[in-house]
Amino acid sequence: MLGPRLFVAQRVSAAVMAPLVLGHLLVMIYAVQGGLDSAEILARTRGSLFWGTYYELFVTAVAIHAAIGVRVIAYEWFKVKNRWLEVVTVMIGCVLFLSGTYAVYAVVA
Amino acid sequence: MAELSDELEVAVWQGDRAGGAMRIYSVPQRPSQTVLDVVTWIQRNVEPGLSYRFACRVGMCGSCAMMVNGQPRWACRTHIKAALAGNHLELRPLRNLPVIKDLACDMSEFFHKWQQAEGRFYPTADRHEPVAKISPASPRRAAANKGIECINCAACYAACDVVAWNPGYLGPAALNRAWTLLNDVRDGAQKRRQRAVLQNNGCQNCHSMQGCASFCPVALNPTAAIAGLKRTALRAIRQGQV
Amino acid sequence: MMRPHHKSSLWLGFLLHRLSGLILALFLPLHFYVLGLALVDTAALDGYLILTRNPVVKFMECTLVFLLAVHLFGGLRVLALEFLPWHSRQKTLVAASSAAALFLACLFLLRAF
Repeated sequence: MLGPRLFVAQRVSAAVMAPLVLGHLLVMIYAVQGGLDSAEILARTRGSLFWGTYYELFVTAVAIHAAIGVRVIAYEWFKVKNRWLEVVTVMIGCVLFLSGTYAVYAVVA
Repeated sequence: MAELSDELEVAVWQGDRAGGAMRIYSVPQRPSQTVLDVVTWIQRNVEPGLSYRFACRVGMCGSCAMMVNGQPRWACRTHIKAALAGNHLELRPLRNLPVIKDLACDMSEFFHKWQQAEGRFYPTADRHEPVAKISPASPRRAAANKGIECINCAACYAACDVVAWNPGYLGPAALNRAWTLLNDVRDGAQKRRQRAVLQNNGCQNCHSMQGCASFCPVALNPTAAIAGLKRTALRAIRQGQV
Repeated sequence: MMRPHHKSSLWLGFLLHRLSGLILALFLPLHFYVLGLALVDTAALDGYLILTRNPVVKFMECTLVFLLAVHLFGGLRVLALEFLPWHSRQKTLVAASSAAALFLACLFLLRAF
């Protein structure tokens, strides 16, 4: 059950994320060599306006995108309906946005 | 004895809304035999009460679609050689539609969704006015042409998993029809149709698995039509139509 | 009921897209929780990051990279299908998006070891 506004939000958030995901994949492939450690990650992100903006945009888009995506699965496969469907959508969006924003703050601040 | 090796083993679902079961028949194999021939043989020779639908027998009326070995097909235009698994044939009523009896489904919901999608023509001229001149080469007419041959047999509707998971979904046939009409310059209800195809159960629920296109007996592509409808969503929202 | 169309690569492309999206959505809270540790307890964060030296965890990471890549390329396929003019090579696009994802996942695995 997907109204036209949610549909457009889903596709727009996808289009916003496409270059961000590609960047994320390349950073992962680059950074994984020699193992991961917090010093290496934080040296890149601490105090960086660029990475802060990048990741916060990413978190916002993924919260919208995942909430709508899981909503459709919940409706089609798990028969979640009516008010519960709205609750599931909003809950997933909020949890991802808040926990993601906290994570961005943690690695950038 | 020679005849025995040429027997088909045909399982036919029989029952009604309350439930039913497969019954197995031995049917003599014949050259150029269609699934409709097989069903008719069973009804005439073994099971006079067997219910099924057909009218034209030549792929024009769209009434004889059923599940043949798990695939939605026209009984009249399906040679058993193309559908057989070994010498076994399994016939069931169309998927995604409530059964009335045996192989005959209740199509009301399917036709109702055509109306819900505004799959009907709203004329802007009457018979006294000159015939509208539309170039066959114009982009909108070309788009409409691609989907115009649908005879509402519901094979695509039976193939669609989104319909199976979300019974309110308008489905490929109704949306394909709406897309052809959205490209008809003579039609006078485009805003209404635009709203209709973008209702909560509208085109945006399609996941483009293309089961409809794989099973359309006249090789139409409802997924492509639905993609065309999805492309109108952004503009419709911007113009405040939905 | 037999469902032969479920063997179609187009249907498998849909299933892969849905499952990869679902698993990524389930993984994200854990991902965010571990990164959030950077604020309060970098030692705990490093404790998790050291886990990634384990070959089993490396393969799990590689799976996540594959799921992310396959969701990205599968998603680009859906966007192209929905918002660009229709083209007939749908099955080729499913194969190409899966191959691109597999390539990136292999690249990740090669560098991880």
